[in-house]
Amino acid sequence: MSGQRTVLVLGGTSDIGFAIARRYAEQGWTVLLAARDADRAERNANDLRLRYRGEAVAVAFDALSLEFHARFLDGLGMLPDTAVCVIGVLGDQARAEADPDHAAAILRANFEGPALLLGEIARRMAARGRGTIVGVSSVAGDRGRGSNYVYGSAKAGLTAFLSGLRNRFAGQGVHVMTVKPGFVRTAMTEGMKLPGQITAEPGQVGRAVYRAAEKSRRNVIYVLPVWRLIMLIIGHIPEFLFKKLKL
Amino acid sequence: MSFAGWGNFPRRQGELETLRDPAAVRRAVLGGGPVLAHGAGRSYGDAALGAGRTLGLRGLDRFLAYDEASRDLTVEAGVMLSDVIDAVLPRGLFPPVVPGTRYVTIGGMVASNVHGKNHHVAGAFGAHVSALTLVTAQGDVVRCSRGENAQLFRATIGGMGLTGIVTDVTFRLIPVETAFIRQETLSAPDLAAAMRLLEESRNRTYSVAWIDGLGKGGLGRALVFRGEHALRADLDDDQARAPLRTGTPPRLAVPFHLPAFTLNRLSASAFNELYYRMNARREGMRVVGYLPYFFPLDGVAHWNRIYGSRGFIQHQCVIPRAGSSAALGEMLALIAREGNPSFLTVLKLLGPGDAGMIGFPMEGFTLAIDFPVSDDTLRLAAALDRIVVASGGRLYLAKDARQDRGIFDAGYGEADAFRAFRAEAGASARFRSLQSERLGL
Repeated sequence: MSGQRTVLVLGGTSDIGFAIARRYAEQGWTVLLAARDADRAERNANDLRLRYRGEAVAVAFDALSLEFHARFLDGLGMLPDTAVCVIGVLGDQARAEADPDHAAAILRANFEGPALLLGEIARRMAARGRGTIVGVSSVAGDRGRGSNYVYGSAKAGLTAFLSGLRNRFAGQGVHVMTVKPGFVRTAMTEGMKLPGQITAEPGQVGRAVYRAAEKSRRNVIYVLPVWRLIMLIIGHIPEFLFKKLKL
Repeated sequence: MSFAGWGNFPRRQGELETLRDPAAVRRAVLGGGPVLAHGAGRSYGDAALGAGRTLGLRGLDRFLAYDEASRDLTVEAGVMLSDVIDAVLPRGLFPPVVPGTRYVTIGGMVASNVHGKNHHVAGAFGAHVSALTLVTAQGDVVRCSRGENAQLFRATIGGMGLTGIVTDVTFRLIPVETAFIRQETLSAPDLAAAMRLLEESRNRTYSVAWIDGLGKGGLGRALVFRGEHALRADLDDDQARAPLRTGTPPRLAVPFHLPAFTLNRLSASAFNELYYRMNARREGMRVVGYLPYFFPLDGVAHWNRIYGSRGFIQHQCVIPRAGSSAALGEMLALIAREGNPSFLTVLKLLGPGDAGMIGFPMEGFTLAIDFPVSDDTLRLAAALDRIVVASGGRLYLAKDARQDRGIFDAGYGEADAFRAFRAEAGASARFRSLQSERLGL
């Protein structure tokens, strides 16, 4: 297998993004780590170079600066074989209900920014005739819940957008995979009470994403299979009942 | 929430906070109140349980630098030893010292000044650390080495996280030709023979003895395992196909805490008998993978659960060579009489003590025995403590969950100097574990 394949990880300083980057680097891929915090991205890239003796490059990037998306992609000097987007923020639901700016920031970081960026990458990959796109969405997008519907609806938007991209570019050699990680022990979930049996470690997400995207070419994955069942059940609760639940 | 060390005894209520970068360490230290660094949670007792906040350092897990010429590797403190081995072994490099499990952090290896089966020739891990970075009680980020802040460096090696929080460590790797070990197994009918064999193995790189603590034959029936890093020429055709392969994670796992009745004198005795016979039959030379040689118990995930939910303690002491045979004999006789169901009794000869003010190793024999926690075994452990102290020995803090301050002070000649150093540095108010409270450190 060629060691020259390149993966672009958008959100390369997040726990999940870094874990995915490590998995690709371990498999001999060249890794481009894009993140807002360039120093942290460089520290992570340095770790990849030392650990796996491959190439890793840090690039400064802000998904919310929509006008720079095309210029950022042009500046890479090449179009990666695979692009993985891990960009997103959980935000604070209570604050979002009172503060439209905060709600808008959540919607942008989880939907608008990632979707428009991946859309642009998909177009470029289609023009080339091949490529793989991995979008990290969330089980929270499978059904809106009172406790996090701003975040959840943005992720629902991203899930639908990825589904649309998959449909749009399937005939042009572009594979689009949607990842719904479920609970993962990361900075984002720090301090939450996470049920151990259905909580994944970032390393598990990295392995699952690599396997599903590069080996079995799946369309939609839940990192822990049990989540497919959980969301199937939650998705089938009738609305008149669902609205009375505290979820 | 509650958490505990590897022995599941004692447990502490509270949260383990995960930190992800050195800046977060500094903020946490300056946040007020006592803190303590926590690595992989592989120390057995209460050494890594904070008396105030417990700060998990596993998020500091980046490799920082490698110098090809000197073979110095610099990693963040939360990097696991297993990750170091996975990264460097394929390049023909190996850590200079490894303990009995690879699921420890490098920061924890410094704090406990861990020793390996090569202590008699290589010293403890601290001897191979050339520099480290520490966040002090005042939040200063201090680089320490033998030439720079030397006293702080020395106190931090084996200092159980009580001098500050280590954020990165530089240590020197050793070159190896293969991932295999040329293992020689020798059987010894009794303790005296086992000690003699370890003495005779002083010029070998690795040596350790497994003792049948319940031996029906002679007291202290033993198997001695000597090892050398195998050369390419030592490998058979199958091994030579991948001479530097790192191996795979364990497939076996203990799914939950086993009920107490599964572990008793009978089952332990049967296990010991089986282990002895299986290995005694393999006496002589074999080439084995580094995983089973160094980390036999890592092959079973969560093996600590076989001791049940009450947990277990490990009693590990070192006894100076003079008088060691009498003291060890007395200890083994006491253990056999009490009928302790121990699956694991390990004897090793340590070389001269090296770095550290309260670093464990000193020249002599170290004996490690596991006990499921009960009132009887806690009494037995206290009786063993008295034998250890009477013969000039001491207990390993990384395994300790229960010794009292009198035993500690009797064993560690620099205990008061360490206390004074901590007080002067402002560390005694800032870095506190349940163990440091118990030992008055």
